[in-house]
Amino acid sequence: MTDMEYAGDLSRVIYIDLGRRVYWVEEKPELFTEGFGGAGAGIRLLVEECPQGTDPLSPKNPVILAVGLMNGIFPLASKTVAMFKSPLTGNLGESHAGGRSSIAIRMAGYGAIVVRGRSETPVYLTIDENGAKFKDASALWGMNSASTVGRILREVEPGAGIRTIMRIGKAGEKLIPYAYVTTETYRHFGRLGLGAVFGSKNLKAIVVSGKKSFKFRSPKSYRTLYEELFKTFCKSPLMRKYHELGTPMNVLPLNMTGSLPSRNLQSNSFAGVQELSGENMAEKYLGRRTACAHCPVSCIHIAALREPYENEPYFYKTKMISYDYEPIYALGAMLELKSPEGYLRLMDTVEELGLDAMSTGVVLAWATEAMEKGIIKESDAGGISLKWGDHETYIKAVKRIVAMDNEFFQALAKGVRHASSKYGGEDFALEFGGNEMPGYHTGPVAHLGYMTGARHSHLDGAGYSIDQKMYKEGIKYSPDYAARELFEEEAWRQILSSLVVCYFARGVYTPETVSRCLKTLGLERDQEELKEVGRAVLRKKYAFKFREGFSLMEMRIPKRICETPTPMGTITEEMIRAGLEEFEKLVKQ
Amino acid sequence: MVKRLSVVDVDLCVGCQSCMFACNRRFGEAGLGRAAIHIQSAGGIERGFVVRVCRACPDPPCSRVCPTGALTRRGGGGVLLNYAKCIACGNCMRGCTLGAIFWDAELDKPTVCVYCGYCAGFCPYGVIRIEEVA
Ligand code: SF4
Ligand code: SF4
Repeated sequence: MTDMEYAGDLSRVIYIDLGRRVYWVEEKPELFTEGFGGAGAGIRLLVEECPQGTDPLSPKNPVILAVGLMNGIFPLASKTVAMFKSPLTGNLGESHAGGRSSIAIRMAGYGAIVVRGRSETPVYLTIDENGAKFKDASALWGMNSASTVGRILREVEPGAGIRTIMRIGKAGEKLIPYAYVTTETYRHFGRLGLGAVFGSKNLKAIVVSGKKSFKFRSPKSYRTLYEELFKTFCKSPLMRKYHELGTPMNVLPLNMTGSLPSRNLQSNSFAGVQELSGENMAEKYLGRRTACAHCPVSCIHIAALREPYENEPYFYKTKMISYDYEPIYALGAMLELKSPEGYLRLMDTVEELGLDAMSTGVVLAWATEAMEKGIIKESDAGGISLKWGDHETYIKAVKRIVAMDNEFFQALAKGVRHASSKYGGEDFALEFGGNEMPGYHTGPVAHLGYMTGARHSHLDGAGYSIDQKMYKEGIKYSPDYAARELFEEEAWRQILSSLVVCYFARGVYTPETVSRCLKTLGLERDQEELKEVGRAVLRKKYAFKFREGFSLMEMRIPKRICETPTPMGTITEEMIRAGLEEFEKLVKQ
Repeated sequence: MVKRLSVVDVDLCVGCQSCMFACNRRFGEAGLGRAAIHIQSAGGIERGFVVRVCRACPDPPCSRVCPTGALTRRGGGGVLLNYAKCIACGNCMRGCTLGAIFWDAELDKPTVCVYCGYCAGFCPYGVIRIEEVA
């Protein structure tokens, strides 16, 4: 038990060297008091651990998993931040996931886990309050199904209910730069290829478990504040919607406003989308809802898909497959899949093999258009002919991407930027800084945000919501306004992802509330101080990006985004370039 | 009034573990180390969840296996723990068929539900409820 003044035993960082098979714990309180943990701690550790110019798939690239001051303490503080150098972009790699990961790490008595080096043979790690163990993973290596790996580890390792099992699939083993790390089957460190970094270390999984308890100077004020927050979450209509429909509640509104990229963004809406809407999926397929640990909202939606066996009469299996807005965009709308069954089966293949659903969808969409335009021939694609809406062929293509059985699939396995630089078709290669595009074509700010965001994610500065606000309030695009809004939002989100709270809770965890929460922990920070810490974390991330050769001025702008109109009108390259210039000023200040 | 906790419908459980954190907060503490209720998946999250909590048995096996008489029967079912008598042998934990007795690593004593119902107030989906038995 720890006294909950400031960070408590959060300041313990466990270092694990896979090459030498040793571990040790270091006390680093400053990571958690100056920067609050999470993203703030992660970027500091990354700068310490990752030398300039490191090859992302070399043993020198660290895997850093960090939690923050509020994990295990307040509701919806349920995320873990992973930091690494991304094999997809060759630059800053950062990805967040929930499940039980953050609670388990915190309850095991650590603020961060740093994994160094490379194991000679496949290994998985178990971590608890007594330290780390190195266990043989050769029997798990090469398995076709990531869920089987989870099933086995559940059986052989203790800690049911208080553990996280983070693991990779075949895609990670094969170093595909958009391979995921999945946790508790349905949550992912999806973006930017953490799975490949695990793979390059011969690291199949990390199991963490623990059961700590933390004391407060004033238990009463902790309980009172907790109860107030909990009630707010339970009563919020938005949280209700996240529970009822989940993120796919956005499918219909985005489609209606012409913001839903479809057919590789040849279109901004998709006629068949009704079938894939949150409403329809819930009505016809929803089999179960689940939550990240310590989250009453429970937004995770899992479909039950009953499928017959081909050659066995009256023989069926029921698969439980999660669905969310982003995969529906990338594997559904982008590929014009019309049937939920088709979408779910494709999703299932992607999940089992261990790929990021978003990047995979965009890669397939690019490849389909490239075939349509004759840039890629059927003979290049080993006899496969990709067509919009044809989920069977897409399933085959995903398997071949992971098999990497010819030059074309090897190219697709490296992402859209690589494939288009090899074959052409850059104008419709939807990647930003090397990361495949997220699912919002709401206007110029969304795209500017994909380019300026430190992770090239829609979640960095949430440009889509700035577009939507501008649309509603009739505000005209100005580069200065757009850059400033993006910067301030992304800076504030550094606080949320340092603490580490789920972004869905951002409406409740305002600067004022966060300041009150920290006070309960014995840390006095006013709202302006908090924001300043956020800006500092963001600038630190950017310093890493620049160090590794990133340039806002040389950003490639795919022509396609300027061809297909948005609700805010048609985007021009000049608009975006001017926004990039403004953003650079802010980030270099 | 003698109360106990009842699991109304385990299929409503989403595994958020709000109840576990609530139980720990009875002591004004954050975390899980002192929780007397435990939620785990029924063999993978896709299969749903199991709620492990004391059901207040009328003839509790945990009490029968306690060598020092530290766990006494409570009228209306369930047990009361006398910390002074407990020698931390762990028999009760092994003796509970439901696996509903946990271990407080710091006190080195069992954690047993006290039937206060605080956790039920934090279950957003009505999975657990406090009810009167006598
Ligand atoms: S809202 Fe959803 S993603 Fe966020 S913590 Fe809750 S269950 Fe996890
Ligand atoms: S609070 Fe309710 S829904 Fe959440 S884990 Fe406990 S019993 Fe299940």
